[in-house]
Amino acid sequence: MIAPEKRFRFVSSDRRVREDRRFVVGKGNFAADIVPQGVKHVALVTCPHPAARIVSIDKSAALAMAGVHYVLDGAELAGATNVLAAGLDTPNVPRYPLALKVARYAGEWVAAVVADSRALAEDAAEAVAIEYEPLPFVLDADEAYAGGTLVHEAHGSNVLLDRTFVWGEVEKDFAASPHTLKHRVKWGRSSTVPIETFGVAASWDPWREILDIWASIQMPKYPDQTAMALKIPMSSVRVHYDVDVGGSYGVKRGIKHTVLVGYLSKRLGVPVRLIEDRLENMRGGDMHGPERNFDIEVAFDDQGIIRSMKMRALDNVGAYAGRSPFQLGKPVGAIVGPYKIKSVQYQAIAVVTNKTVQEAVRAFGQSPTNYAIERTVDEVANRLGLDRLEVRRRNMIRHDEFPYLIPSGSTYDSGDYHTVIDKVLARAGYDDLIAERNRLRGTGLLAGIGIAACLEPSGGNSSFEPLLNPKVGTTTWMDSCRISIDLVGSITATMHTTSAGQGHETLVGTVVGEVLDVDPDRVRVVRADSLNSLPSNSPVGSRMAIMLGGAAFHAAKALKDKLIAIAAHDLGVPAERVAYKDGNAFDTAAPDKKRSSAELVTMAHRHIHKLPPGMEPGLSVSHIMPVPMGGGLPNADGRVQMYPCYSFEFHLMLVAIDPDLGKPEIKRYILGHDCGTVINPKIVRGMTMGGIAHGIGAALYEEFAYNDDGLLVAQNFMDYLLPSAHEVPPVEIVHHETPSPLTVFGQKGSGESGYLGAPAAVASAVNDAVRPLGIVVNSLPIKVAQLGDMIAAAREKTKGA
Amino acid sequence: MKVELDINKVKHAVEVEPRTSLLDCLRDKLLLTGAHAGCEHGVCGACTVLVDGAPVRSCLMFAVQADGYAITTIEGLSPGPGELSPIQDAFCETHGMQCGYCTPAMILAAHALLSKNSQPTREEIIDAISGNICRCTGYAQIVEAIALAAERMRRQNIKADPL
Amino acid sequence: MKPAAFEYSRPADIDETCALLAADDGARVIAGGQTLVPLMAMRLARPSRIIDIARIPGLAYVRDEGNDIAIGATTKQHVIESDPVIRAKLPLLFKVMPFVGHTATRARGTVGGSLANGDGAAEIVLVAATLGATLVWRDAGTNSSMTASDFFLGPMVTALPLNACLAEARFPVWPEPRVGVGFHEINARQSDFAFVSAVAQIALDGDGCCTRAAIGIGAATAVPLRLDAVAENLKGKRFEEGKVRKALKAALADIEPMADLHASAEYRKRVAVTLGVRALADAYQAAARRA
Repeated sequence: MIAPEKRFRFVSSDRRVREDRRFVVGKGNFAADIVPQGVKHVALVTCPHPAARIVSIDKSAALAMAGVHYVLDGAELAGATNVLAAGLDTPNVPRYPLALKVARYAGEWVAAVVADSRALAEDAAEAVAIEYEPLPFVLDADEAYAGGTLVHEAHGSNVLLDRTFVWGEVEKDFAASPHTLKHRVKWGRSSTVPIETFGVAASWDPWREILDIWASIQMPKYPDQTAMALKIPMSSVRVHYDVDVGGSYGVKRGIKHTVLVGYLSKRLGVPVRLIEDRLENMRGGDMHGPERNFDIEVAFDDQGIIRSMKMRALDNVGAYAGRSPFQLGKPVGAIVGPYKIKSVQYQAIAVVTNKTVQEAVRAFGQSPTNYAIERTVDEVANRLGLDRLEVRRRNMIRHDEFPYLIPSGSTYDSGDYHTVIDKVLARAGYDDLIAERNRLRGTGLLAGIGIAACLEPSGGNSSFEPLLNPKVGTTTWMDSCRISIDLVGSITATMHTTSAGQGHETLVGTVVGEVLDVDPDRVRVVRADSLNSLPSNSPVGSRMAIMLGGAAFHAAKALKDKLIAIAAHDLGVPAERVAYKDGNAFDTAAPDKKRSSAELVTMAHRHIHKLPPGMEPGLSVSHIMPVPMGGGLPNADGRVQMYPCYSFEFHLMLVAIDPDLGKPEIKRYILGHDCGTVINPKIVRGMTMGGIAHGIGAALYEEFAYNDDGLLVAQNFMDYLLPSAHEVPPVEIVHHETPSPLTVFGQKGSGESGYLGAPAAVASAVNDAVRPLGIVVNSLPIKVAQLGDMIAAAREKTKGA
Repeated sequence: MKVELDINKVKHAVEVEPRTSLLDCLRDKLLLTGAHAGCEHGVCGACTVLVDGAPVRSCLMFAVQADGYAITTIEGLSPGPGELSPIQDAFCETHGMQCGYCTPAMILAAHALLSKNSQPTREEIIDAISGNICRCTGYAQIVEAIALAAERMRRQNIKADPL
Repeated sequence: MKPAAFEYSRPADIDETCALLAADDGARVIAGGQTLVPLMAMRLARPSRIIDIARIPGLAYVRDEGNDIAIGATTKQHVIESDPVIRAKLPLLFKVMPFVGHTATRARGTVGGSLANGDGAAEIVLVAATLGATLVWRDAGTNSSMTASDFFLGPMVTALPLNACLAEARFPVWPEPRVGVGFHEINARQSDFAFVSAVAQIALDGDGCCTRAAIGIGAATAVPLRLDAVAENLKGKRFEEGKVRKALKAALADIEPMADLHASAEYRKRVAVTLGVRALADAYQAAARRA
């Protein structure tokens, strides 16, 4: 990484991540580590059919077993709780933690057993006798869209969302273009699958009327949705944010798990916990990712300049929907990628089928969209016989064109895409890469170069909610930080959400240390719980560097200003003349006139008579921050500012494929990454490499495959293939920093980096490799044997010809 | 059933059902929660402990099978309260983790590797951790941590003796 | 994923093992547990009793018996991975060991466990079938043996009698001075079960002509295939890729490969030929390098 000029004392320095200390000794505080006294354990009874009416549930055998306390069914739970919140306005698609009357996917939770141990609960779960009447089912999104078998009769169709947006003169631009190209690309159903499953323990205290919750959670609005479903005030829900989350990458929205154990705890008067086992998680945890068909048509000229794009995105969200359809909305904020496409028609369709429910996955739909855009750009280049890199360069927004307004209403804050590309090419030697590709081809292998240029919208605004559900008036999200300096001078900062390895404590420490000019290691960072918490929207949408970093900055700045004001008043000089360094304040006109940090702290806490009149004593400041550029609602066309800051990544890779086997091998991988100012290089690099691994998984290995009987065949780790260290190649990361004008240090988000472009890059490389055989691969994941069969078939055809 | 387990050089007598895995016994009976459940069917490796110095999936062993071995968990690796072993420190230096869930297992796998091979190649490091899945890091900074630990331990003449 | 409850026994010897098996229909032997325990966790296997043979004295060994190497059933896989006798006398078995699962599974998994499980995609099973290993088991106080080709009957189905316990596997040693081996497999990830695998062992005379060959294809069909016709056909010949490919194609023409989530039947049949050729090419080359 190229060292930035030393603009900051601590920000951008290569500092250790303080959270690591507890993890390397096995002292993380994960959900399964938290065992309230007297806690009882839950195991689920799941439906074996893709769709079935629940005829009867016989709990008697289970209840007769030793150590079994309760068997809860969907009727009881639905009678006692409110329906779970959905994002869209779909009152006839209700969702409860346990199936009510009808089970709608294989693996759906139908009953919950509570017992003294997890093993006993599982024993009893087997003894719950449920009579089912299998119903017709539908698995395919196109089929579901067309009608026929309905997943929810009362809804009248399988369509939750079907909205078309037209931004700009699309038909005119198409008519005026000499070329058009149309194709379908498919993003297969995968997910981020953290190694820790979702776990939650709940304990209802009827005397204090507080429901304590410890959960492996990454979810905005978690306490409020829990309270709403359980029909208790939100101030009766105390979510403990000091639980370490073992990876989430979007999916740990265990609202149904939480409502389940919350209800059971209230009902039974004991703490109750549910730690999903892997089968419950894969089949019924409701954490699958997008499964999306893109039909794209573009209009372009002889130079490869793409004037207009029509994109139809059809997503199979599974049997119910929480927020997942919004994953069709967020990508609107970068619908043209890094390109100057002038007009766009975008149709977003969400359908239900009898598959497991989809949840928010890392980047909330942006990675599939980037993949679709990049496949299209490659095909435009191929159609014209132009270099794929050159076509991208021609279409890309130039550095001097920022801030850049895209047709859907978002403004990209800053970027320098061409420089990032140049840096990557300099590192890779593009000509050398092509020569190497050709050399590999000469040895009888298939070989291809993969290129992907993708954006990471960051900052996490909520504009996709009102965009897709006009009944929602939410315009923005917040985040917060509170900083206190105590009476002996120790600094403590509080954050108000859980983390899943993003290093937020280190982030806050670094930012506060930077502003207060003290060693970040001296800044204690703690977490609130939801009852003593300021507003936070949790780490989603690649937002925390911007939002938590921003809130910490502003709180620290306010604290610093207060210290300066105290010093100025006590020194009898104007505040503008007072400088602050290392915690001490001095008169710039007469530097001997100073107050040490100890003196300032003492004045604020004890010698209150010395404070400026009207100033609050003590040294505690809170800051609640809205999203930069947020606060607007979509206009009638659906134009709105989505996220504020846009990071950029450029992937370049060389792939070789043994044509007899069909197994792609990544030979070289270089990534250019620009996320503005980097607050902690170790954290950012780790995020990017992790995102790349996720992306390689989605491109080559991972799929929630279903058979014709509607059963999930990839339901454990033997069939759902997670990349090991063998499957992730070394990646050279080339860094560039185009600061955002909207943030305190110029930082942009990087929580989704790598994942946003790696699938597109792999698809690009494989296609480049097989194109000489006339093969186009337009669906992910690209599986070895399937690719092998395609290659064999193509070779057969050439032989026959 | 009663069984005596030797964990981190301390003997523990426990009473368990035969079906209690070594993993669950460590976590639930002995409150050694550094070993984690990720899949409970022997693929992800988050449950790794060392049995006579070799990495083993503790979810695939029953506690009643585990007597008579020297078992090492992550809790046995720190030299003392607040102190880190060279491998643990190297993981902090390279930030070879994010959420920390697979980390104890990775460190134990590294420990087992370095006690047999003090100068592993990159390939050997990758092979040693190939049975441990990480979803956060993409492995790069984990591999670097192990290489760094190996280098530092060689330079300082420290051996990674299995405990 | 907790197993259904069971009783646990740790017999002192193999006869006690058999007695326990005979006394209870639902009893199963456990050694390394790397295959059985995941099935138990998913409640696909529900033994009423598990009989732990892992530490029975005298059941784990590697014995050079001249014509054969005898490997005790409970010999751990990691022992085979680094045993100098195996490296010298059973080069094909030695070659495949690093590909069997992971370090952590080889630390507990046993040779006998893999053979008794009889998964046609398992490397140890493929080597046993290809070399014509002999499986020896104990049942009601007596030893019986069977050659591999008769032993492996179907996917995870062997001829091991219900109350028997595998005791030993005897792998034949090739005394020829110029022996080479080859192994290729294709899988999604490096350590996965293969979609198709191929092993080959070749002995060459001084002129580089084959005097003996053994070729096996694994994971393509329900049981591993030993291609005797191809082996016979190679005798007296040097390696000629075109001819070898043709012979393999002919030998595999009528097989019915499995089709599943991971690979189609056509893929398995086609790639079986590819990998067979490569395994033979490697074996020839390796043998040629021996003086």
